[in-house]
This record gives sequence, structure tokens and C-alpha cells, in this order.
Amino acid sequence: MMADHKSLLGISELEPEEILEILDTAEPFKEVQARSIKKVPALRGQTVVNLFFENSTRTRSSFEIAEKRLSADVLNFSVSTSSVAKGESLRDTAQNIEAMNADMIVMRHGSAGSCHFLDRHVRARVINAGDGQHEHPTQALLDASTLREKLGKIEGLKVVILGDIDHSRVARSNMFLLTKLGAQVTVCGPPTMLPAELEKLGVRASTDVRKSLRDADAVNVLRIQFERQHEPLIPSIREYARYFGITQDKLDELPNGMVVLHPGPMNRGTEIGHDVAEKHAGTILRQVSNGVAVRMAVLYLMSGAEVQN
Amino acid sequence: MTETTPKTIPADAPAMRSLVEKARIMSADDMRRAISRLSHEIIERIGGPEDVIICGIRTRGQFLAERIVKKIKEIEDVRVPLGILDITLYRDDLQTVAKQPVVRSTEIPVSIVDKHVVLVDDVLYTGRTIRAAMDEVIDFGRPKTIQLAVLVDRGHREFPIRADYVGKNVPTSQNEVVKVQFAEVDGADSVVVLEFEEES
Repeated sequence: MMADHKSLLGISELEPEEILEILDTAEPFKEVQARSIKKVPALRGQTVVNLFFENSTRTRSSFEIAEKRLSADVLNFSVSTSSVAKGESLRDTAQNIEAMNADMIVMRHGSAGSCHFLDRHVRARVINAGDGQHEHPTQALLDASTLREKLGKIEGLKVVILGDIDHSRVARSNMFLLTKLGAQVTVCGPPTMLPAELEKLGVRASTDVRKSLRDADAVNVLRIQFERQHEPLIPSIREYARYFGITQDKLDELPNGMVVLHPGPMNRGTEIGHDVAEKHAGTILRQVSNGVAVRMAVLYLMSGAEVQN
Repeated sequence: MTETTPKTIPADAPAMRSLVEKARIMSADDMRRAISRLSHEIIERIGGPEDVIICGIRTRGQFLAERIVKKIKEIEDVRVPLGILDITLYRDDLQTVAKQPVVRSTEIPVSIVDKHVVLVDDVLYTGRTIRAAMDEVIDFGRPKTIQLAVLVDRGHREFPIRADYVGKNVPTSQNEVVKVQFAEVDGADSVVVLEFEEES
């Protein structure tokens, strides 16, 4: 049960039942989004701090709206305006936030493991909103919630994760989640973007997009993270678009329909064709709506009184 | 945060206390007659089935609400809208329990603005559930009235709340549990009083 966890640091530490508990709890929160007053009092009196050390618009906004719709008091702490820019350490920043009696801290940071570090040093619960190239658990949860809506279940699905796998925390959290729930995962991308020893995670690796897509039910299309690449991994964007981009002609060759997910922001014409982006806009925007519901579910499930040791 | 002692019996109550049936206070026929009277009273007091929304509180209030809607259809030949409320997110003890209760969806199929919303629950006890339900209903709009129908009123109110329509008043002690059983989930209709007994 999620109540047994102090913090949500990654999908890798969750049991399949806990993942399903979050996904099931997200369903009634989807209904709350449709009300005229989209607010429930479940987190009244709790203070949630959004601590973002990396640029983020959609994840931060999604967490903020989820917190506000649960009636929490929200404080946004962004790096450019805080004393971190003046040289403060993460631990000192965290302890200062804690001194304000925050109940939960939602953190995004450029370094893998930073949420684990924070969790060890504060009493507040920590929710990982993306740590380096490690994990982005709520993104994987909202992807799964959208897949369940579109295809009914996760178990037995064949899902392709396509793109810059090595630099992607979204790919990593998705691989953990989908394999835990019994989906068959193929990761696909240029060889320079595939990490080593993928089979240890229980997924297949491929560099052939057409072959990977052939019997798949869904594809999760990732953005190329140029900001995380220290040296060029592909000859050119045009070449990437031609061989690895999801284009309508690649989808037209498939015998069955395909659910196309994209965590955003999209680079149309690079990893996803303009026509594909248009045709699947409904699903991709549904991911954004489901993101709010899934984050409300996580915040709600973690908001109980402190776990007694 | 101060820990308060819950008045309701937690599901994981200590094993040395067991629930023993003490009395059967309503039979299936008694329940049928009480539900029939409640349905007549609701229609009579509101002055017809128009503008009425019956809202059952999960989970057993939902079964009672379905019965009332069915009865009103028999009496007036009008199917009044049926809503289902899940009040979990409005509970006043969420900050004190370690394990958050399971949330289910609330389904109100029509606008409640300027309508008579009749909340329906199986047992009225502390009144805390009804407080939560009223707060939730108001978040859906401004109803003309909110009224309350219950099958059993067992007393021990902790809030200034009373029911407009009562199937049966049953004086109880706080050591007792009133259980309304519905054929849909329990196999047969009946109302029983159970009591905690210390096992030696």
C-alpha cells in the first residue's frame, strides 16, 4: 500500500499492487476535473512545496493544479529566484523549507538520486518530479492511466518506447512500470541512444522502428534530449526524423491501429510527424489531463498521518 | 497533530473483540414498508416528483436510494434522477489516519441547481458523514434544498444534524453496531443490531 511509503522516489521501488492502487485512485479524480467546482478539501491545511531545480512548465503546472484542487497550500520555489543561485547547498535549502513546516516536497533536480538524498534529510514526504536521467514516476503513471483508458488494461500489452532511451527518465520509469504490470516492452532507437544491459530490465531492444511497431499496441514517442547529450549521438536531425521519427506512412504500413503517446514537449517534424501529431492530439492532450488526476491520486494517497516506525 | 479516538469501529479492530448479533430489528417486509413510506413522504413533502434528485451515499445509502427511486416510479410513474455520492475526500479525519481510505467516484447525472436534493443513507449516527455529503453537494451547485432520508436513526449525534425522513428510530448504545443488509450484497434484506463482546 502507498501508505507504507514515506516518499515516492521512483517506480522501481513500488509493488505492482501499489501501482494499481494509484491508477485506480486516479479514476475518481478524473471525475473531479469535470465538476463545476474542481476542488475537494482532502489536503486542507497541508503545505506542499514545489522545488524545481530544472526548467519545467507542464510538470510544475500539473503538480500545482493538482495540489490546489486538493486544497493544499502551495509554495513554488524555483531555482532562479532562490538562494540556490547564491550558492546554497541542496541540504540547506531543504532544511530551510522544512523549517516552514512543509508536509510534502515535490522536487525536480538535474542529478539522479537527489530525491533520495532529500528524503534522507527531511521529515517531509518527497515526491520525485524527475531526477536527472533516473526516474520520473508520475509521468509513467499518467502514461499508464492513458493506456488503460485507450486499451482497457496494461497486462499483456505490447508497448514500444521510441527515441533517446539512454537520456530519458521517462523511458526508465515507463520500463519499470510496464514490465511490473505484465506488459511486453520493446525499446527502440539509434544504437547510440540505447543503454547497455537492457535485457536485465526485462525489455527487448531494437534499432528497427518498422519491425518494432509491427505487432505493437502502443508507442510512446520520446523527445531527443539535446540538453543532456554531451556529444552528438546522431548524424543529423533530418536523418533521425527519416529513420526513427513516427510518420504517417510508417503507421499506414501497420495492420492494426496504434495508440501514440508523447510526454511533450513535441518537436514536430523530428520525432513525430506533423500529421501524426494532429491525428493523435486527442490522446496526447488526454495524457496532460490524466497527469493532473494521477498527481492528485499520488498526493492524496501520501497525505496520511506520519507512518509510525 | 493530535490523535483523536475514532467513534466508528475501525475495520481492523482488535481481534479479542468480536461482533455478536444481538437483535434483528427489521425484517425484509419491515424494510419494504419503511422504504415505501419514506418514498411517499418525500413526494408529499416536496409536492411532487419534479425537481427531486435522490442522492445515495456510498455504499449502502446507494442501495437504499435505488429502492426509493424505484418506489417513486411505481407511485408517480416518474423516474427521478439518481445520484451517488462518495464523501471520502470530504471526511474530517483524513489528517489523522495513516492509511487513506479508498476513494470512489461521485456520480451526479444532472445539474442540482434549484433542485431538491434528498441525501439517502442507511444509518444516521454521528452526523459526520452527512456534514461531508452536504459540503460535497454544495460543490456541485446551489440546490433549492438539501434534505435527508435514512432507514435507521440510532442517535448519538455529534453535529447539529437531523433527518427529514426516518424509517425507524432505534435507541442504541455506542458499543453496538447497526447493520442494514441489502439483498444486492448481503443475500437478504434485514436490519440487525450487533454488539462487541470481549473474548476471554
